[in-house]
Amino acid sequence: MTGAGAATPLLEVEHLTMRFGGLVAIDDVSFAAAPKEITAIIGPNGAGKTTVFNCLTGFYKPTEGRLTLRRDRQALLLERMEGHHIAVKGGIARTFQNIRLFANMSVLENLLVAQHYRLMTASVFCVAGLLRLPGYTRAERRAVDKARAWLERIDLIDRADENAGNLPYGAQRRLEIARAMCTDPVLLCLDEPAAGLNPRETAELNDLITGIRDEFGIGILLIEHDMSVVMRISDHVVVLDYGCKISDGTADFVKNDPAVIRAYLGADEEEQIAMPAGTPADGSGPPGGGEARP
Amino acid sequence: MTTSLDKAADAGGPAPAADDGGSAAARRAIDWRALLIEAGITAGIVFMLSITLVGIHIANVTGGLAILTRFADVVAAVVLAFVGRVGIVLIREGQPIPVLIGGVAAAILGLFVPPMSLIGPIFSALTGGEWTPSVMLQVVQVAGGVVIALRAAWVTWRTRGTLAEQDQRTGGVDRFGAQVQRATRFIGPIAVVFAFSLPFLFYDRATIDLATLVVTYIMLAWGLNIIVGLAGLLDLGYVAFYAVGAYSYALLATEFGLSFWICLPLAGVFAATAGLILGFPVLRLRGDYFAIVTLGFGEIIRIILLNWTQLTGGPDGISGIARPSFFGIADFTRRPAEDQLAFHDWLGIEFDGIHRIIFLYYLILVLALFVNFVSIRIRRLPIGRAWEALREDDVACQSLGINRRNIKLVAFTISASFGGLAGSFFATRQGFISPESFQFIESAIILAIVVLGGMGSQAGIVLAAILMIGMPEVFRELEQYRMLAFGALMVTIMVWRPRGLLSHRDPTISLAAGSKPPPDAAKRGARP
Repeated sequence: MTGAGAATPLLEVEHLTMRFGGLVAIDDVSFAAAPKEITAIIGPNGAGKTTVFNCLTGFYKPTEGRLTLRRDRQALLLERMEGHHIAVKGGIARTFQNIRLFANMSVLENLLVAQHYRLMTASVFCVAGLLRLPGYTRAERRAVDKARAWLERIDLIDRADENAGNLPYGAQRRLEIARAMCTDPVLLCLDEPAAGLNPRETAELNDLITGIRDEFGIGILLIEHDMSVVMRISDHVVVLDYGCKISDGTADFVKNDPAVIRAYLGADEEEQIAMPAGTPADGSGPPGGGEARP
Repeated sequence: MTTSLDKAADAGGPAPAADDGGSAAARRAIDWRALLIEAGITAGIVFMLSITLVGIHIANVTGGLAILTRFADVVAAVVLAFVGRVGIVLIREGQPIPVLIGGVAAAILGLFVPPMSLIGPIFSALTGGEWTPSVMLQVVQVAGGVVIALRAAWVTWRTRGTLAEQDQRTGGVDRFGAQVQRATRFIGPIAVVFAFSLPFLFYDRATIDLATLVVTYIMLAWGLNIIVGLAGLLDLGYVAFYAVGAYSYALLATEFGLSFWICLPLAGVFAATAGLILGFPVLRLRGDYFAIVTLGFGEIIRIILLNWTQLTGGPDGISGIARPSFFGIADFTRRPAEDQLAFHDWLGIEFDGIHRIIFLYYLILVLALFVNFVSIRIRRLPIGRAWEALREDDVACQSLGINRRNIKLVAFTISASFGGLAGSFFATRQGFISPESFQFIESAIILAIVVLGGMGSQAGIVLAAILMIGMPEVFRELEQYRMLAFGALMVTIMVWRPRGLLSHRDPTISLAAGSKPPPDAAKRGARP
């Protein structure tokens, strides 16, 4: 595990501020995410974690601050890019807190929509596609192969032609991650991927996320309330509370930071923050005390 | 009143399934008082609705307007509603057999006995007024009797089955949709062959004219389906593009004397341009707002056509629009101009006006099939999948790097160009166009076809168009009650199949189990 700020960071967030009218959702937050590392953003509800994601992925225009992504030795200023360019040119893919799959489309179609940009280029304004020229069919076959590989990886190959909305909850979460990965990102943003999963599914998810990091060498930003996920897999943790950054460091450092303990549990119940760290390695999950969900 | 009945229904719900042999009376005690109150309330509602709509009507008589009354019809309607409601309640209370008999009796009575011949004399005796019974009441009596009898029969049959079987049956309806969808692969070509041979099967002007009308609407609905069914944008102003296509052909033909075959693609291009121009400001909007603005644009186009008299002729429209020739080779006239060849001379057959009508029919059929071909193909392209993804979740689309505005704009433009092609056909077929032909009701009908057919279903649209356009012609016998019968049909379909006639969706691509490449090849594909 390397700490924050090793070598050149993949993503640099500097003085990010987001105001909605009079409400300050994020107040002067700066942090960096390194490539090939999992950076977790944690904090109580309403701390502004998802707002950071929305600023990063172009759904919100930040009021102030700079978001720099380094890709192919180029520095991209995300706050100046259009929403859909962030995914294609920036290479930032995300999942959503409340799953946003294309429910009435098949699992395979979900993964092909994620490869829209490449297929669209191959179809040359639909003309090559309408005539089914070989160049297009080749691109389509490649896209299907890629989707197939991901379906095998997330163990949904047998349900490829089913509607995504009919999948069980855990499978939908995995599919959403696979869909994001099909855009070939350099930074994957996961918004509460373990929410609503059972302990076994959570353990599988941990393997999937670390596997993606190790195999594809991309940076991962992770918002999560489930401390069994955060503490086990993150290389670096950023803690937000009421829109401000209150702590930043390795999981062990953050876990023992008095500011974090105060934000989560109030000053008195310091012993409870220790629980998630002590969760057994089989991933049976915290018995509730370690979760910051209400 | 309803609560007591509902309780009775709840208490006795499973009873009919349990005892099969018991007499009908023993199954459930009927609360006659509640029953009569419920039927009375229904009759009261019918009375209140019909007293103004049916009871009083304003007619043109010599010397101006006069108020005429039809109170006997109201009384008859109230009685029918009362009796019908009693029947429905009895079905609900587990007494379907007497209702079945009563319903069939009412239907037969309505068919053979002159309508309301029982109430008529009584009414005349009481009020001294004269009463001519209306055909509609007879229709209501027959249809109501049949519907209630069918419901009673259905309940009688269903109560024999267990709950599990009922579930199976509900699932069966969905599976039926899927099967029909699969069957269209075989039915489709057969339908196309039938459509091509139709002019020879029914060598009759009226039939071919009706078929041409139906196919025109099928084409329009297929075009609109791209916006509404695939991209999920509710467009209430589709007729605007139809109008642009029609006027571009009419103006090019009358002002510059261009032939139909040059103007047809031009009309498509003009309509597509109109779609592009309208699309830019509109496509920022979502949902209901989008629908309202397209509704506005539809009206704006019509009002421009109505008021820009120098160009469009205003309310007088454009007349004398050139009819299409046989691909520029021959004309469909008896005596063509000097340098022209007549179609019947060219083929060496007798002149007959129907040749042109058949030609127009084939023309629209080919155009419609072209639209169908493009729609089916484009749905399987990345852009088609992006449209459907946009319909499902546009936020997720943006996060995947899809440019929502451009994708919507493409849908709007393609759809508009198809509308324009249909419009130019309309102009050449009619020979005369005016803003009257491009009212909001046209947009509504096209949209209704798309929704009724099952959003996004090509075959469903064909069925719905035949129903929507064909049925009013069939119901012409009913005269002024035609639209009422039509409305009843629409309501029935939407109750029976709320998601449209054929709402099953086939995936655009499927992972066939047989074509699995070796696993290592698949893994290589996954690497970025």
